[in-house]
Amino acid sequence: MQDDQNPILTLRDVKTYFPVKAGIFKRTVAHVKAVDGVSLDIYRGEVLGLVGESGCGKTTLGKTILRLVEATDGDITYSSKNEKTNLAGLNNEEMLPFRKRLQIVFQDPHSSLNPAFTIFGSLQDPLKKYGIKSRKERRKIIGDLLESVNMRREYMDRYPHEFSGGQRQRIGIARALSVEPELIVCDEAVSALDVSIQAQVLQLLMKLKNERNLTYLFITHDLSVTEYICDRIAVMYLGRIVELCRAEELYSNTLHPYTEALLSAIPVADLDKQTKRIVLEGDVPSPVNPPSGCPFHPRCHKAIDVCKTQVPDLKSYNANGAEHFASCHLIDLPETT
Amino acid sequence: MTSRSLNKKFDKILAREEAGQLSSKGGSRALKKLFNNRLAVVGILLFAIILLTAIFAPLITDADPLKIDLRNLSKPPTAEHWFGTDKTGRDILARVLYGGRVSILVGLGSGIISAIIGVLIGAYTGYKGGWPDIIALRVSELFMSFPQIILVLLLVSIIGQSLINLMIIFVLTGWGGMYRMTRARMLSLREEEYVQALRSFGLSTASICYKHILPNALGPIMVNITLSTAAFILAEAGLSFLGLGVPASIPTWGNILNVAQEIRVLQNFWWMWLPVGLVICLFVLSVNFIGDGLRDATDPSQQG
Amino acid sequence: MPRTQDVALSVKNLKTYFYTNNRCNKAVNGVSFEIRKGKTLCIVGESGCGKSVTASTIMQLLPALSRIEQGQVTYHSDSGDVHIEKLQRDGKEMRAIRGSEIAMIFQDPMTALNPVYTIGFQIGESLKYHTDLSTKEIREKTIDLLRGMGISLPEMRVDDYPHSYSGGMRQRAMIAMAMSCNPKILIADEPTTALDVTIQSQIFELMDKLKAENETAIMLITHDMGVVAELADDVAVMYMGNIVEAGTVDQVLRHPVHPYTRALLKSIPVLGRGRNQDIQPIAGSTPDPYDRPIGCQFAPRCKHRIEACDVMPQEVTFNGTQRVMCWRYKEFLPDAG
Repeated sequence: MQDDQNPILTLRDVKTYFPVKAGIFKRTVAHVKAVDGVSLDIYRGEVLGLVGESGCGKTTLGKTILRLVEATDGDITYSSKNEKTNLAGLNNEEMLPFRKRLQIVFQDPHSSLNPAFTIFGSLQDPLKKYGIKSRKERRKIIGDLLESVNMRREYMDRYPHEFSGGQRQRIGIARALSVEPELIVCDEAVSALDVSIQAQVLQLLMKLKNERNLTYLFITHDLSVTEYICDRIAVMYLGRIVELCRAEELYSNTLHPYTEALLSAIPVADLDKQTKRIVLEGDVPSPVNPPSGCPFHPRCHKAIDVCKTQVPDLKSYNANGAEHFASCHLIDLPETT
Repeated sequence: MTSRSLNKKFDKILAREEAGQLSSKGGSRALKKLFNNRLAVVGILLFAIILLTAIFAPLITDADPLKIDLRNLSKPPTAEHWFGTDKTGRDILARVLYGGRVSILVGLGSGIISAIIGVLIGAYTGYKGGWPDIIALRVSELFMSFPQIILVLLLVSIIGQSLINLMIIFVLTGWGGMYRMTRARMLSLREEEYVQALRSFGLSTASICYKHILPNALGPIMVNITLSTAAFILAEAGLSFLGLGVPASIPTWGNILNVAQEIRVLQNFWWMWLPVGLVICLFVLSVNFIGDGLRDATDPSQQG
Repeated sequence: MPRTQDVALSVKNLKTYFYTNNRCNKAVNGVSFEIRKGKTLCIVGESGCGKSVTASTIMQLLPALSRIEQGQVTYHSDSGDVHIEKLQRDGKEMRAIRGSEIAMIFQDPMTALNPVYTIGFQIGESLKYHTDLSTKEIREKTIDLLRGMGISLPEMRVDDYPHSYSGGMRQRAMIAMAMSCNPKILIADEPTTALDVTIQSQIFELMDKLKAENETAIMLITHDMGVVAELADDVAVMYMGNIVEAGTVDQVLRHPVHPYTRALLKSIPVLGRGRNQDIQPIAGSTPDPYDRPIGCQFAPRCKHRIEACDVMPQEVTFNGTQRVMCWRYKEFLPDAG
């Protein structure tokens, strides 16, 4: 289970900016601040949910951790038993051993497998790269992986188009598992699946986590899924974390007005649990030009004058015995340090 | 298709479906679609016939395409010379068949070589982006903006006419199109999630772009090879007709047509230009049919 | 069900087949339902169940290689009934109905608007075709419509191009376009699937308003049971081309009878039920549409399958308005224990 004292990954003030180029000479005129100063600990053995609307930077943060996108600034520290390494400074060669420990499962089951190769063809190259030289051994490993995601070994010689969306997603999970990682970033891993298939994949992910002692960073926009599987949840808005706490705490004792609105906007498939929606005005502002002060203030139903000028810090509050981080001027609770 | 014939077709499919005769058979859907396309099948047949007759020319005719026969000058078609003879008494059928070898070699050869060069550069720079991409793009624009015919004149006057020179010119002017198409495909394919997955394993750039992504771009590349082959055959014929292409001593379709520059030949000796003109026409048409068929078959958005 | 005054559109035993790649896909295989004035009918189902095909059949927007095999689609207009299935796809009568009497909004607001024309022009075009208004009146009406959809500064934004609108605003512009001629029926094909939850609740608010103010009959296609619970008056659950269960929202969500509906409701995490909610995935995946089961389409995945299920069950009506297609439905009735 989760170990509060033992983070596997520590992010400190991570920023990922993308340049906006314009004009004939393609000069950089501005930056899309996709991730704008995120600090976060991911503990060994936990499922950390990362939720937010499209464009809030959650996927970019996931890719930054895996170095699929380069961070502009900040530290991404990976800790194993006896050493700490800052991933942000490594070159491709030095990064290799860590690529084995951090893996990713993607959203779209249709584009996550190469249509030109059989499953074995797609999955064998990473194994080759990490030193499994004999073809026979690779076939055995891939067969075992397929069985562990509840599929038949023989499926390894089939092409992706022969599988349904749910099956492809399970193959995507098997691929991530092939190098025996410790942390898996699940980027909207069930969002594109049919409702009847989502539960299958969610339960598979939980089973694998328990069997293999995995840690998940579970990126999604669906707060009902995070409630079901996450230990802790971080809510992102415009590249920043606005609230971070234990899952039960987030749903029972919501502190940030954005989380409140987000929770009330989710349609609930239960006629007895219909609540009043808090309808937010307008859209998520552009991350090129975020509003002054609290980035949420133009849409916030509680905003006061100070919100327009001062950026609230992510502060820690003691709520029901556990830490509860939130960044809002209006929280009237004692801070912890 | 009219709505009535469409209705009929639907009834037929429905009846077979009800009878359980249709099943999801294996095999490539693209190939099935290609063979369901009538024009493409006609194209493949024509292409095969012309190609085979050119390859097995000695089995079809005993005549030597280069042998001058002064007793049979400008003879119309006879049982001995099916397509007649030209102004120096050479058998035109033999010349068309043997000429086909050279013309097809020039067309297909230049098509394939320019494809290889264009694809090798396009796949890498398109995936990698950055400076290599910008340089390759500018170089290709340079070659593509240069008029082909001037380049031919230049090279002919410097190093003389030859088969190889012609092919070099075709490749120089032709690789750009292939490069740009491959690059455009790579730009969209590199965003696919399986590419991200391969990167997350730390695989090398060459392995990702040539081994994993390239096979997905092969469909349009094949189409482009067929279409550029047709264009090169026409270009060879055109240049040889003007006397700028392959040296006149080697029979090619273009060189055979060369005699039709004279109005006297055009008016009086139809057998000297009509058969070879028809063969060029049919061959290019067949290659284009195959290309169109391939394009429709490899395009998943086209159904039928 | 007797035909009453308040029915806007009725569909009876509709079958629409697709003929692509020389195969026949029985996409919609005998569905019947009614859309009532001022009410929302939600059609729920997974991808490939035929819900979108049903919508395109009503609008006569089917692709070329498809055909309405049998059944009736009757539009009960003020001037008598219109049999839509008998009209030419692009005939004059159909074009007169499309847009002005029955309007449709689509899933992806990014591609449903033409990027080279202004929003105002695209909304005005339908008014120009269906009404006798002058250019000036059309412009005023367009601005009014945009204001009604909650777009700020409509006088300025009417001349903007789609790219300067955000996703939520585009969907609102699409609804403005659909509502421009005061249609009697609005068909919405997954209108919020591509949007964020906070934007989704804005759109829902708008659709509720339209229903109340204009007596518009709404047919909402969705895969999300939460949306059904929030918006629907009536529900039809589709599976592989059939409506397996239908009724009022209270009947279907509180007392689902068909095993598919019951399994579907049990397989999704519901917000507010906490970490340890009981989730039971549905086994297997939806069958290949070219290789369908002979009898009940859900039988291969059904926990309650018996031999009788090899024959397609008849539709049974009970409790006045609830319909189900299942041989064993009596055992699942609420009073059966």
